[in-house]
Amino acid sequence: MTSENQTYAGAGSSFDRSKAVSGLEVSMSDLVLSLPVIEQPKLRTDSVRKDVDAKGKEYWRSMDELADSQEFDAFVRREYPSQTEVLIDPVSRRSFLKLMGASVGLAGLAACTVQPKEEVIPYIKQPEEMVPGKPLYFATAMPRSGGAVGLLVRSNEGRPTKIEGNPDHPASLGASDVFAQAALLGLYDPDRSQSIEHFGGVRTWGDFLTSIMGRVSQASGQRGAGLRFLSESINSPSLAAMMQGILADMPLAKWHQWEPAKGSGAFSASKDATGASVATRYRFDKADRVLALDSDFMADYASGTRYARDWAQRRKVSTSSDEMSRLYVVETTITMTGANADNRIAIRPSQFEAFVGALASAFGISGGASSGLTQAQAEFALAVAKDLRAMGGRSIVIAGEWQSAYVQSVAHQINAALGNVGQTVFYSAPIEASPADHLASITDLALDMAKGKVETLVMLGGVNPVYSAPVDLNFVDAMQKVPFIVHHGLYRDETAEHAHWHIPEAHFLESWSDARAHDGTVSIIQPLIEPLYKGKTSHEVLTTFTKNNSAEAHDIIKGYWTSSSKSTDVERTWRESLHNGVLANSSTSETGTPTMVAIAATGGASNDGIDIVFRPDPHVYDGQFANNGWLQELPKPISKLTWDNAAYMSAKTAKSMGLSASLNAKGGDYEADVVFIEVDGRHVEAPVWIAPGHPDATITLHLGYGRKKAGRVGNDLGFNAGRIRSSNAMWFASGAKVRKTGKTYSLAGTQVHFTMEGRNAVRESSFEEYKKNPHFVNEEGPGPNKDMSLFPKYEYNGYAWGMTIDLNSCVGCNACMIACVAENNIPVVGKEQVLKSREMHWIRVDRYYTGAAEDPETYFQPVPCMQCEDAPCELVCPVDATSHSAEGLNDMVYNRCVGTRYCGNNCPYKVRRFNFLLYQDWTTPQYKLMRNPEVSIRSRGVMEKCTYCVQRIQNAKIDSEKENRQVRDGEIVTACESACPTDSIVFGNINDPNSRVAKLKSDTRNYSLLDDLNTRPRTTYLGAVRNPNPEIKRVPATRESLLEESA
Amino acid sequence: MDARKLDFGQVPIIARGHTFDTVTEKISDIVLKSGTPKWWFGAFLVGGALLTGLLFALTVLVFKGVGIWGNNQPVGWAWDITNFVWWIGIGHAGTLISAILLLLKQEWRTSISRFSEAMTIFAVACAGIFPVFHTGRPWLAYWLFPLPNTMGVWPQFRSPLVWDVFAVSTYATMSIVFWYVGLIPDLGTMRDRAKSTLVKKIYGALSMGWRGSTKHWSRYETACLLLAGLCTPLVVSVHTVVSFDFAVGIIPGWHTTIFPPYFVAGAVYSGFAMVLTLAIPARKLFHLEDFITTRHLDNMAKVMLATGLIVGYAYAFEPFFGIVYSGNKYERFLMYNRMFGPYATFYWLLVLCNVVTPQFLWSRKLRSNTVALFIIAIIVNVGMWLERFVIIAISLTRDFLPSSWGAFKPTIFDIMTFTGTLGLFLTLMLLFLRGLPSIPMFELKAMLHGETAEGHDEVVGLEAEAAV
Repeated sequence: MTSENQTYAGAGSSFDRSKAVSGLEVSMSDLVLSLPVIEQPKLRTDSVRKDVDAKGKEYWRSMDELADSQEFDAFVRREYPSQTEVLIDPVSRRSFLKLMGASVGLAGLAACTVQPKEEVIPYIKQPEEMVPGKPLYFATAMPRSGGAVGLLVRSNEGRPTKIEGNPDHPASLGASDVFAQAALLGLYDPDRSQSIEHFGGVRTWGDFLTSIMGRVSQASGQRGAGLRFLSESINSPSLAAMMQGILADMPLAKWHQWEPAKGSGAFSASKDATGASVATRYRFDKADRVLALDSDFMADYASGTRYARDWAQRRKVSTSSDEMSRLYVVETTITMTGANADNRIAIRPSQFEAFVGALASAFGISGGASSGLTQAQAEFALAVAKDLRAMGGRSIVIAGEWQSAYVQSVAHQINAALGNVGQTVFYSAPIEASPADHLASITDLALDMAKGKVETLVMLGGVNPVYSAPVDLNFVDAMQKVPFIVHHGLYRDETAEHAHWHIPEAHFLESWSDARAHDGTVSIIQPLIEPLYKGKTSHEVLTTFTKNNSAEAHDIIKGYWTSSSKSTDVERTWRESLHNGVLANSSTSETGTPTMVAIAATGGASNDGIDIVFRPDPHVYDGQFANNGWLQELPKPISKLTWDNAAYMSAKTAKSMGLSASLNAKGGDYEADVVFIEVDGRHVEAPVWIAPGHPDATITLHLGYGRKKAGRVGNDLGFNAGRIRSSNAMWFASGAKVRKTGKTYSLAGTQVHFTMEGRNAVRESSFEEYKKNPHFVNEEGPGPNKDMSLFPKYEYNGYAWGMTIDLNSCVGCNACMIACVAENNIPVVGKEQVLKSREMHWIRVDRYYTGAAEDPETYFQPVPCMQCEDAPCELVCPVDATSHSAEGLNDMVYNRCVGTRYCGNNCPYKVRRFNFLLYQDWTTPQYKLMRNPEVSIRSRGVMEKCTYCVQRIQNAKIDSEKENRQVRDGEIVTACESACPTDSIVFGNINDPNSRVAKLKSDTRNYSLLDDLNTRPRTTYLGAVRNPNPEIKRVPATRESLLEESA
Repeated sequence: MDARKLDFGQVPIIARGHTFDTVTEKISDIVLKSGTPKWWFGAFLVGGALLTGLLFALTVLVFKGVGIWGNNQPVGWAWDITNFVWWIGIGHAGTLISAILLLLKQEWRTSISRFSEAMTIFAVACAGIFPVFHTGRPWLAYWLFPLPNTMGVWPQFRSPLVWDVFAVSTYATMSIVFWYVGLIPDLGTMRDRAKSTLVKKIYGALSMGWRGSTKHWSRYETACLLLAGLCTPLVVSVHTVVSFDFAVGIIPGWHTTIFPPYFVAGAVYSGFAMVLTLAIPARKLFHLEDFITTRHLDNMAKVMLATGLIVGYAYAFEPFFGIVYSGNKYERFLMYNRMFGPYATFYWLLVLCNVVTPQFLWSRKLRSNTVALFIIAIIVNVGMWLERFVIIAISLTRDFLPSSWGAFKPTIFDIMTFTGTLGLFLTLMLLFLRGLPSIPMFELKAMLHGETAEGHDEVVGLEAEAAV
């Protein structure tokens, strides 16, 4: 039997091989004969043949490998221009190969029916520390505008599979945010640019070098005249040094900076009296009073994670003698920070300076006007000023990036007046190289381009001005006048379309680089994987302008830091820095108490018409994450919308425009009215989302949508608010004309209903009340007796896993949701499915409003599986596919599930998620690399839900058993807990009385969600406590102003 | 027994003037005479078209997944289980008529018994489609059966869905056996009357060698009585168990102790409505007015009225329990949501259909008016479907946590699957009417024996005939 098989297999393979080789010979000669001229580099047919000979039956797989070589890729594209697109797209690549098959021979076709051979080969030389099946962690950092977030990246057999925060990094302290978590999907995005292109044709790096060298020598002949660089702000010291070196060599060359989310006001106010730029840092963990002037500091791109964590430190109350900070938010739109405020007031952008003027005059700061304020606004300003003054030195006034220079200046001056500088507010040298007014910089560039002064334009690091530059600059037209444009970026985006050369950028997880955090701390960015698509880093592109144009990024970075190191053992310091993810003592030093420049108010803007507020989107930011499905499907913190942006406005404003003020909800979708918004003759159409707490006569539009060349995921989602954003109204426009179009548009939201309907899902109290009654969560009486059950009580003798979620510190940032997506291989389902309420998130963040629609209190509540001890889902499963573990976990057995959905129906918390269709992508090869190998990929027709990251529990248990000990408290960190910036989520063994979770569960604020059902959840909540200023009156909730329910 | 004594001057169960011959001829000719009526082909075309839609929808479902329907989170069950409960409920009339009324010696049941038993089987067949295909992986739905396997994995016996499997499969089996056993004497008659050899052979095989000997009759009677006894608890048990699917759940609107009697009454209610829906056109088209008389229709209408009142009582008590008695905020909201929420139209429509409409049946005049009765029966059928939809799907749209509230919108596949089962039902019914004696001839003749003056002689003749 065996021998027969062997004979057969032997014959088969030799037969196939002969066919494959002969087939290939024919096809290759055909190809070669039909070529007019082959330019260099020559296709090495001999090596191809050798490859094929060696691989034999694996012909079809080796074709892919062949296609991987740059030369072959370029060759195919040149010869088959019509086929170049299909080669990029994995699906049509298959059909392309089928076409090729006709000439290549039938052997390969026959092989199609055979499963591709996969070989498992042990390492001949085992890499150090690499144990198959055991992940390794590497420190790196995600560079951001204005900072960097330190990360620890899990690597399974060389594939990065999960991103965590680096506890040693000041911007992370172990936590992370949605962008850091989603970067993993960004790395493996199959839509990333995969080849160097010149006018759409594929070229090699060598081709590019030849081409650019001509420009470089020409430019250096003119001392750099006509040479321009455009990048985002650079906080990589080594890259900045390279740039400055180039500019020193070619003094007439210019470096422009552009980021659509930078505020000019913040730049011009962040200067001391000498005019030198300074950076401001805040210590929210030392502040008892915080006043945010239109600042969304908890969602700050660079430092939000740290700031949210610091702020939450002052919110943890466990006894009534604890003190608690107070957060005032004055804002022009709805933000996450505003949702967490103790006292919040919404003010139209055109009146904002007046409010700040009133505030400033309370501190004796002149230069502003305070006319036109309502009494409530004026009283608010006075009450805040009084309270801040009482807490002098222990307070913070922070102004938002996009507010005017005057508002920024007032914030600095009040901080100085209160003595906060040096206590809670610190100034230092800027962390980025050459801080610039980005608007001025891009305007300068665009004007020069239009005048024909620019001969060579090099755009580095994914900057996308064609999409994001102010619309009045006509950037595309200006680009037509530039004879040589190089674009370097992760995607062939809108700007790449208009550039002559496009160089694919290496993702930061594939790169060697370095970056400063918001406090200046330096991290070395080290690659987790070879560039998937042979991308180049910014360093490598810039080397072409230096003498050493073949330098590798690693050598540049290492060279930079080792040469500037004062350490005695340079190599050791370098390795330690790499390992720790931070360079010791590298934060920028504080500069004492500079006198900040005082800026006067610009004069009141017109109150006529509608005000427009532009903001970066909370999830796709300025559009750079538009092609990230995880971020697109993540419900926005406040609106819970997915896959779209919208025109946010208050119910009153909507009514005044004749729009339906309540959301007409059908399923998970809102049928939203579409409005026509016109500003200065430019217009955009946008669906309306009614935002409780939004200032009246104001519309908020989020940037980052309406992309045309984002990729298959991000194209044509939402509308591009940038189309009405001009350089004189970058963040706030007034006098907009808005009218109803009569059209409607489906918005996909994950939470249709706003209010708690008198149910105590979130139990909250004011701090004053809490001090009187620490047991406020049990106001409606304690839940039923826990022993009340028909079934015999089960004793959990070993571990008993449990979780607490502190609603007082949850800021609603969604980091837990996306961390869970990454850890547990949760699929993206797309807008259509979200519209049908079929999103798959295992943990969701519910958002509830209470109070009046104009002045709501907002609460967030993360809801994972409650892991009920008496679980309603288990009782009703007909096939025992969900059952209880001895440690109290409500386990889900995917293989056993037949999909009756009874468990989902019977779950009172509605945390179960069903694979109604085949949601997982089983085919895209990149995603196969990305997935966590320890979590099953669920297929169609099975139920799934939160497991408390059972794979992490098991790993820790195995480790502890090897060492013959109990699992230590904190040894198991669930994905949500690990990502949480404010430590709201705590997981552990509730049988261990010393564990953090057991202690939290004995807190007076501890309660179970829907405890009257007596499901005995293992996940419990700590009630929220807000600390409002009793002197400030809330807008009373009347019957009319109560949040209008969706029908 | 003298049926005339029970009559109180009503329309007789069998029109006067019939003899054994005419009964046999009239009923068996529907099957045996060549020449299918034109309307039959028309109806078959409609049924077949809808059935094709069902096959298409189910094929797509198997290939793409249950997501082609509108079900979602939180509405995990919607039209699928609504249809299931509706069809199962419809089946109940057959069992009630053939088992309970037999034991209660309600002789008027005879003419409609086989007809409604067939309806039971076809309704259960339609119902059975839904629990199988509503699962995410229908090819594994057999795991709900307690099949011995090497892994020692059994169903989870606390789940009402497992009880359902037993209840429904028992019900289907019992209904088929009872129906078939009841058919045997008539199949013998058909065999004897058939002209063509092929048809003779088919009925011969189906009649299992029935010769009509006294021994046969004696055993037959015993078997029927035993089966009737066995079926009797099923009338109550099946829908009780089906109602447990919801009553055992903790969702407001499901977790209700009054469900078992409420569901059983509803089942009988909808079952009789369906029998009327089918019998009224069938007796007209096959000219069976002599056997299915207005007396039958009147009696069925009365049963509908009675069960309709029970159902109405339950509707009245649900809000009482929910709002007044329980004091439970979720229950209170549920009733509020049913009556005034986004789906309030369905609730009030169902009240109109199921509570208001049957009140017309108090009128004897309307009870004897076939057109009116037919319309009322259709309305009740619609109402009972709405009732299940309101209980099952609408309760799920808004349960405990407002954050997870949702809605349900059917897709074209939901509609095709439902109308497809209607098509299946219609097709099977048409085949039954054309292929098998739709009224038990022998029972009718036995009744004729009691009812007509000259009957006695004829009975001798009947036995002689059957013995041939």
